[in-house]
Amino acid sequence: MAEPGSNRAPETGAFFQRDRQWHPAAFTPNYKSSVLRSPQKALLSFDNTLSELTGPVFGHAMLGELDNDLIHNFARAGESAIGERIIVHGRVLDERGKGVPGVLLEFWQANAGGRYRHKKDGYLAPLDPNFGGCGRAITGEDGDYAFRTVRPGPYPWPNGPNDWRPAHIHFSVFGHGFAQRLITQMYFEGDPLIWRCPIVGGISNKAAVEALIAALDMQATIPMDALAYRFDIVLRGRRSTLFENRPEGN
Amino acid sequence: MAQSLDQLKESASQTAGPYVHIGLTPNFCGIGGVYQSDLGSTMVNSETKGERIELRIRVLDGTGTPLKDALIEIWQADAGGLYNSPAELRGAADPNFQGWGRQPTDMETGVCLFQTIKPGRVPFRDGRLMAPHITLWIVARGINVGLHTRLYFSDEEKANAEDPILARIEHRLRVPTLIAERQGDTYLFDVHLQGEKETVFFDS
Ligand SMILES: [Fe+3]
Repeated sequence: MAEPGSNRAPETGAFFQRDRQWHPAAFTPNYKSSVLRSPQKALLSFDNTLSELTGPVFGHAMLGELDNDLIHNFARAGESAIGERIIVHGRVLDERGKGVPGVLLEFWQANAGGRYRHKKDGYLAPLDPNFGGCGRAITGEDGDYAFRTVRPGPYPWPNGPNDWRPAHIHFSVFGHGFAQRLITQMYFEGDPLIWRCPIVGGISNKAAVEALIAALDMQATIPMDALAYRFDIVLRGRRSTLFENRPEGN
Repeated sequence: MAQSLDQLKESASQTAGPYVHIGLTPNFCGIGGVYQSDLGSTMVNSETKGERIELRIRVLDGTGTPLKDALIEIWQADAGGLYNSPAELRGAADPNFQGWGRQPTDMETGVCLFQTIKPGRVPFRDGRLMAPHITLWIVARGINVGLHTRLYFSDEEKANAEDPILARIEHRLRVPTLIAERQGDTYLFDVHLQGEKETVFFDS
């Protein structure tokens, strides 16, 4: 069986170990919600079994025409969301630098004023009747993806007395194995709030933060319409199966 | 483990935050009309093979309070022990069972329900059979990296006793944190994020 949308044979090697020093720690007290929600005991480590090496497949057929267009997918006919129109595009790669096809990306964000369409968000900024805030895409053969949206506004949140989230888009990513499952956030080049954010600050490595900041990409803009930002996502890579241990007789 | 020199680093995880529903279960949080239904909300149909079961899962914080803004995904084999995935090379899984589900915890009670089937046994790396289990992945506000664990079944004592992953848990008192209690056709499973009963979470 080939990989989804691909002629390549499926890969079945174990994934490289996750570098827990690169990711934020579970307990990051400047982000107060983590205090009571962070496991404190050591994680149980083991090499992937089939339960982690396999994962669900999502085909392009599930996508609706406007799934990758947040400017229009919640808007009334003939109307569109308010805000700075942008294109977000990039590639999903694995740690060996290979594009990963067939990756389901789901994204969500606040509107241009920094307000989420969610009953738990009570921020003063108004809802935009034409903006829902969710979208999705599936990567092509080279791991490429793109969607259209409005740039989300920064917003204040109850943590410290005056904490603001930098403008960001949340990303959920499915690789080919469930062990690659990842949720992260994309930030915008030049935003001064990035380096003041307690959630971003949970990542101790500066290069790891920088890898979450999308760069303005003037090559991909649509003149008189939309700016563009480039955001590449890296998933865990697989070890080669050439010298894998095999059960007897296999 | 040798890694190649030109290796990229995995994108760092960030919390799913309190509004994860907008992206992953928009219909559940009142954003209708964008997607027909929430992805992963239905796992079985009338043709799916296997014993119908319900999972009733809660996620409790360090004070024992259930999270009301968490989201849980599950991944499991079909009744014959096959995964519906291109990386499954042992055979074709039940076409009426994708094996993946996603549910938010209830905003009032914190209870998360899955209607699914009992999975078959899947071999470990060395060919021994693992006990029937379901992989769990939990995200929420305050969780910086999605939490990975497994749900095993209380009525599979013999299989559980020979399961190679459960056998790796050094502190034997913690093994029951991975075993869901059967009540009729429902399995009750509490995930404890912290404290004396902290669930065994995985790094795999
Ligand atoms: Fe947010």
